[in-house]
Amino acid sequence: MTDQTVGSGGLPGIKSAAHESGKRLAKRHAAERRFRWYGIAALAFGLGFLVILFGSIIGKGWTAFLQTSVHLNVYFDPEIVNPSGNPADRDELLRANYAKLADQALYKALGVNEEDRKERRAANALLSRGVDTQLKDIVLEDPSVIGEKREVWLLAADDVDALLKGSIRRDTPEERRALDDRQIGWIDTLVDDGKMEKRFNTGLFVYGASSYPETAGLGVALIGSLFMMMIVILVSVPLAVAAATYLEEFAAKNRISDMIEVNINNLAAVPSIVFGLLGLAIFINFLGLPRSAPIVGGLVLSLMTLPTIIIATRAALKAVPPSIREGALGVGASKHQVILHHVLPLALPGILTGTIIGLVQALGETAPLLMIGMVAFVADYPSSPMDPATALPVQIYMWATAAERGFIERTAGATMVLLAFLIVMNSLAVYLRHKFERKW
Amino acid sequence: MSNLTILAILAAAAVLAYLVGRYRSVQVANGNTTGFHSRPSYHGAYLAIWTVVPAALLLAAWTAADNPIFEYFTAKQLPESYQEKSEAQQSLTMNVVESIADGLPRLTPREEEVLRKARYGFVTDQTARDVLADHGVILGSAPDPKVVNAAVYLADLRSWARIILPIACFALAAACFAWGFRNISPRLRARTYVERSMTAALFTASTVAVLTTVGIVLSVLFETIHFFQHVSPMNFFFGTVWDPRFSAAGSEGSEGQFGLLPLLWGTMYISLVALLVAVPVGLFAAIYMSEYAGTKVRTVAKPLLEILAGIPTIVYGFFALVTFGPFLRDAGAAVGLDISASSVLTAGIVMGVMIIPFVSSLSDDIINAVPGSLREGSYGLGATQSETIKRVILPAALPGIVGAVLLAASRAIGETMIVVLAAGIAANLTLNPFEQVTTITVKIVSQLTGDLEFNSPQTLVAFALGLTLFVITLGLNVYALYIVRKYREQYE
Repeated sequence: MTDQTVGSGGLPGIKSAAHESGKRLAKRHAAERRFRWYGIAALAFGLGFLVILFGSIIGKGWTAFLQTSVHLNVYFDPEIVNPSGNPADRDELLRANYAKLADQALYKALGVNEEDRKERRAANALLSRGVDTQLKDIVLEDPSVIGEKREVWLLAADDVDALLKGSIRRDTPEERRALDDRQIGWIDTLVDDGKMEKRFNTGLFVYGASSYPETAGLGVALIGSLFMMMIVILVSVPLAVAAATYLEEFAAKNRISDMIEVNINNLAAVPSIVFGLLGLAIFINFLGLPRSAPIVGGLVLSLMTLPTIIIATRAALKAVPPSIREGALGVGASKHQVILHHVLPLALPGILTGTIIGLVQALGETAPLLMIGMVAFVADYPSSPMDPATALPVQIYMWATAAERGFIERTAGATMVLLAFLIVMNSLAVYLRHKFERKW
Repeated sequence: MSNLTILAILAAAAVLAYLVGRYRSVQVANGNTTGFHSRPSYHGAYLAIWTVVPAALLLAAWTAADNPIFEYFTAKQLPESYQEKSEAQQSLTMNVVESIADGLPRLTPREEEVLRKARYGFVTDQTARDVLADHGVILGSAPDPKVVNAAVYLADLRSWARIILPIACFALAAACFAWGFRNISPRLRARTYVERSMTAALFTASTVAVLTTVGIVLSVLFETIHFFQHVSPMNFFFGTVWDPRFSAAGSEGSEGQFGLLPLLWGTMYISLVALLVAVPVGLFAAIYMSEYAGTKVRTVAKPLLEILAGIPTIVYGFFALVTFGPFLRDAGAAVGLDISASSVLTAGIVMGVMIIPFVSSLSDDIINAVPGSLREGSYGLGATQSETIKRVILPAALPGIVGAVLLAASRAIGETMIVVLAAGIAANLTLNPFEQVTTITVKIVSQLTGDLEFNSPQTLVAFALGLTLFVITLGLNVYALYIVRKYREQYE
């Protein structure tokens, strides 16, 4: 309309007003565009951060899946391993100085002058302290190797690994470098001979706690987390489904059911660390369950995931259309029969999805586990949920606060393992939801 | 026999009872159950419930009650001088008795003989101590004969209980089974009974949530009251110095100061920074997704953004520790600012990103719930889209958005792992966002990890902090849910 008035060349006052309003309109449109851009920028910020987060963790962590090893021809000298000559003497086999075997093999491979103590020590520093256990395991598994030579891959020391992965730089002056020039020379020879390389790091998934990065692994943490997830499933799912069924199908609208409902909603928002305090005060101090044990962790996590699964189950029950219930009631089923035979089976996919989401939450939870003493140095596999163990996120926390350089890489690697589990479980939930999604 | 074995046997008995009950009902009816009130399987379930539930309840009641009862009787065995001691000393003696009693079943018969002699004073007490030490019972000093006496008594009680309890449970199960079996008849309303028990079980399950809340409140409250016996509430709530000073066990006098204010300030400051990041970003993202974006962008962007809330907080903490903190420090150094690697800013920004989805998803729902008529009315008056959003939709959705922000704030206040790794441990009362502060949650963690001694204020303070945290977040949540709910009703 305004344009027309301008075009017909009316009074100058109107013209300037039209000019004004045109300017104002342009301003308003500019504001509109700006506003739109804010939205895009906000979205980009959130998603960009997600990309940076994943990028930084993968960038730091992928090398953790490779570990430098040395290929050595080890002579299992009976003099050292089994001086009594009786391979059945397990005590002796357990106490033998296996590191010496590895050291001797290394001297031979490098041509180290064994008279020179300094040179020997410099060579020893190339091997991890974990070789002791590696060789011991070989002997204990098969005592017939005593007196023979075997080709074995042994772990290299943390610093050697760091050099090959580039986190110890060769151009730093020798006196500030963890490895001196001679050691680097040895390493280069070994690499050139194909006797030293980065191999897939199975130790990361197998070993327990250790103060040396190269022999530290997630084994204990994975088993601890597995135990806890099992307890969560056993405790939380039946309780939550029962509670949700009661609230959705049976509860009369009265004070008690209102109170329970408000309670569940609030429980879902209680800080996780407070659940840890509950676990400490009730399960450990009052009921006397063992500290650091997956059973306590599992129970605490069960209580935490309870609201999540209850809320999901209620939504799933609500989504079952009334026609199903009415049809079943019409042919003479009792209320319990309707629910047990018809409503619950139809709500099962929804319940399953909710359960997985609850488990995802429980798997990544750290704070309450710190309260109940899961921050423990556990080197041996737990054989039952009552034994001390750690959990995946707690292991990440412990490594994140460790001082050695090698642990940063391990932490990021462990984080990748944790995220991989979560992504797989989440995808499973999404897949189930799509597969069983039903439009009534 | 352990409780688990008893439970397993009872479970097997339940299956058996179910089969028997079903078979019996068919037998009573001579194969024709049409005249029955309930189907045969309900008779089976009826019998199974009768068999298991009373016995299981007995088992549970016994497990809950046995220790206090045993201790009461054991205490009576101790001489009168024990009865007159202070409560702390009594519990100390009781602990010794318990650990000896725990060790007794592990002894060989000959060693047990030694201990029995110690009981009557034939052997020196030191010998008894050595024998026990061999089996993992480490005692601070050689036990008094009377204490050994009480321990033997306690161990005897326990071994008797181990025999009597299974017998009692199985006898009860058998009796109830017989009673139920006799009741099976065509007119038995088995289905009604079974369904009633099921409803009762479902109700019990739904009270677990309430019990958890009660458990949280009681456990935290008790320890807090304990704490306030050492430190006055005035010093805790209004103290400005946090210096708990871990003292060596037993050394008195080094009390330490437990001022809440620096921690509360740190918590609030970091949460404020987090909200300054999360509210604009979350709100604009929500507006964009609900008002501008097409369905395609929406279906991709919304779940992607929600991933941010699904990533475990330890991952954010690690990211803040090794990537974001050093980045901020270097960036600050480049422009001449002195930013500590773990600072208010580091923790706040990373936490802000974490809570973006809490703001955006809820705001998105709320904006979508604003009736279309309001929107169309505004367009009809010639307003642009952004003007409509700013002047019509946001004011209409404001209460709901405030609710969403409050929920996000409560998340931020209760968050632990990010601040543990990225905020620092120095309890500073500072306005400078580049410095370290510490939060309530950080201090709960640091007071409770490591060796615990449950009667020192240094550990008990964690519960007082936990209670404070619980009350703050509960208040925020209740208020936020109230606002959101009220807002929903307004437009429905």
